[in-house]
Amino acid sequence: MTPELGQLALILALLLALAQGILPLLGAWRGNRALMAVARPAAAGQAVFVAMAFGILVWAFVRFDFSVQYVADNSNLALPWYYRIAAVWGAHEGSLLLWIFILNVWTVALAAFSQKLPEVFASRVLAVMGLIAVGFLAFIIFTSNPFGRLLPMPGDGADLNPVLQDPGMTFHPPVLYTGYVGFSVAFAFAIAGLLGGELEQAWVRWARPWTNIAWAFLTCGIVAGSWWAYAELGWGGWWFWDPVENASFMPWLVGLGLIHAQAITEKRGSLRAWTILLSIFAFSLSLLGTFLVRSGVLTSVHAFASDPRRGIFILAFLTIVVGGSLLLYALRAPKVAGGKPFKVVSRETVLLIGNLMFAVAAAMVLLGTLFPLIGDALNLGRVSVGPPYFGFLFPLLMLPVVLLLPFGPFLRWGKGDTPVLKQVLLRAGIAAAACAIVAAFFVDGQLKAIAGVASLVWLSVGVLLYAIKRWREVPRGRRYPAEMAGMLLAHLGVGVFVAGVLLSESLSVTSDVRMAPGQTQHIGGYDFLFQGAHRTTGPNWRADQGVITVTRDSKAVAVMHPQKRTYLRGQVQTESAVDAGIFRDLYVALGEPMDANDIEGAWSLRLYYKPFIRWIWGGGLLMMLGGFVCAGDKRFRIKRAAKTETAAAGLQVEETHA
Amino acid sequence: MPMNPTRKRRLTIVVSILVAAAIAAVLVVLALQNNMNYLLTPSQVQSGEASSYTTFRLGGMVKAGSIQRSNDSLKVTFTVVDAGGAMPVEYTGILPDLFRDNQSVIATGHMDNAHFIATEVLAKHDETYMPKELKDAMAKAHADKKIEDAAAAQDNMPGTPRP
Repeated sequence: MTPELGQLALILALLLALAQGILPLLGAWRGNRALMAVARPAAAGQAVFVAMAFGILVWAFVRFDFSVQYVADNSNLALPWYYRIAAVWGAHEGSLLLWIFILNVWTVALAAFSQKLPEVFASRVLAVMGLIAVGFLAFIIFTSNPFGRLLPMPGDGADLNPVLQDPGMTFHPPVLYTGYVGFSVAFAFAIAGLLGGELEQAWVRWARPWTNIAWAFLTCGIVAGSWWAYAELGWGGWWFWDPVENASFMPWLVGLGLIHAQAITEKRGSLRAWTILLSIFAFSLSLLGTFLVRSGVLTSVHAFASDPRRGIFILAFLTIVVGGSLLLYALRAPKVAGGKPFKVVSRETVLLIGNLMFAVAAAMVLLGTLFPLIGDALNLGRVSVGPPYFGFLFPLLMLPVVLLLPFGPFLRWGKGDTPVLKQVLLRAGIAAAACAIVAAFFVDGQLKAIAGVASLVWLSVGVLLYAIKRWREVPRGRRYPAEMAGMLLAHLGVGVFVAGVLLSESLSVTSDVRMAPGQTQHIGGYDFLFQGAHRTTGPNWRADQGVITVTRDSKAVAVMHPQKRTYLRGQVQTESAVDAGIFRDLYVALGEPMDANDIEGAWSLRLYYKPFIRWIWGGGLLMMLGGFVCAGDKRFRIKRAAKTETAAAGLQVEETHA
Repeated sequence: MPMNPTRKRRLTIVVSILVAAAIAAVLVVLALQNNMNYLLTPSQVQSGEASSYTTFRLGGMVKAGSIQRSNDSLKVTFTVVDAGGAMPVEYTGILPDLFRDNQSVIATGHMDNAHFIATEVLAKHDETYMPKELKDAMAKAHADKKIEDAAAAQDNMPGTPRP
């Protein structure tokens, strides 16, 4: 009976979402305050019902209710309770429910904190959020019901996909979704701005922390995914340009452009149309990402053969969101545009170049990711684009960004002066060159590694110079407001990230070897002694576990236990062993026994020495932290606007220049 | 008409954007041309479809009992089959977790006489997952080949569908 209540809750939520999506829009159009006032209670009610549905699904997993098809497909009696909860988002239906749940959390927060926005604008924003919810709830109810029954009820369920049975991976989807869904706020702002024909700087200021937080969550999710791929896939790689990774990377790139574009629009009022366009794209790509990953449409347009309704629904939904908002943009953007002019040498120009690069990079990734579909449509045969395509174009596009980044903060809005730039160029340039020359002796002249050191020094000296400038020129207490500190952190993160990528890619030593017990391999200055493998078991898996002792100059460094797990339904999953360090990782993964009947004999093993690989995620985490810190700036919290005209016509908020 | 500064600036902007777009387009086309991977089945290779590509991806099932390991290295040979063809494959390295008899695999590499020399071998990720494109390629080559249910892959995980 309970699962049916979940479905009922979803239907009620859909009705409330319809009310939240339509009535306030009508109210804002006709100037009817009663209709506008529907937005907040409807949003709250919808959130209650969605939370109920979500809770009921969690409960079904906790209680082993295998009469629910989704529960039976994704869990079993041996699955520990924490993985049973993670199993809620272990497949398509539950993921969508998680998505809509997070959307409701964002909407409720928006409703609570938007009291000080002009009523007409706030109700339009909430209405757009409601319309998004309508799309997702309808998708769940009509095509992807997580509460469908399975009769007769089986005695035990199947299993959660073993790739999800990892502590890091359980949090990856919710964090990623929080990022995806967060872009809906910027989207709602953009659409509300277009509908009303105006976008006040003060409103953009209010929207900025939301975008920053969404982007920071997305960063966190991507870093977690990359870490997981490194630790779990047993290949030692951290990024594969895989369609699923690209799906989250595209909104990240556009979101990165958006947080910078919003800064321009908020401070100077210019580039409003561009900011709106990026808001639309960031959210559209988030939608695309959500659907691409779950639908399997990427590798084949025929993936929907089993349930064409889903495919048609997704296509229709995307068409309405992307097409509708772009149409609205074409009609209304000229009315919204405006702002102050700027010279060639100015902060706007640098930010704009960065924006352009991010946008082009996102388009490049989109083309590469969707190429199998394009190839299919053009009858090119079964074709896909390999990682070298991305690996060649992406660094090329990011090169100007890395080169220009130190200058950005030094430039003034509108018109910057050149002498200060020469100073930065000279100081950071000399530091980078000097360190590169020194580094060249340590890395055997490997160009990539030298470039890594040079970019790290170039970027971090740039950040440092600006930090010093603030220290000298600004009175105490106002030197590093949160917005500034976040920017410095994130930019430093770029340096750490670039260094991590280039150094680890050029200096890694990898070796696939066959080892009998007692044999030793010498890699990167370390001796790996294979002591053989044995059987071991866990709650819902059994594994072959290898034992490798690592020594350096006869001193013990680590004892590593890589595993090859076999889960209940026979899925095999590699659990590599990593000995982590700030400057190097040692990484061991089990391949396979040379003789399948003798696991105590020789094995094939992957042995890696990976210097600086941790800097990749370290840099990502610094960027994430920067995003969160930025969002905490007091400036973004609207004080009660000096004058709030609530008369239905001509709502204007006095610009509060903080 | 003489150009006033505003017009001149606009012209510069437009021209530079056009030039940048042209460069970008050329680079993208080049990168695409060099990195397109075609997926072929053994019977397609045997009918000569692979002759125009230096490297391509070979997809099919691992023939039961065909896996032969070398005694002293990581070299392994096996045969990839579809319903109408078979192709011997040679690979040196560690095979993916799920590599075994009757498993669907995709190998990237090139032809050396009648052998396929693989530089990378991917197997399907778990027993409910089969690379869609491989399924389609095999279905296209042989409509009667029994292949797993399409629904499975829809519930595939977020995360890299790698072996």
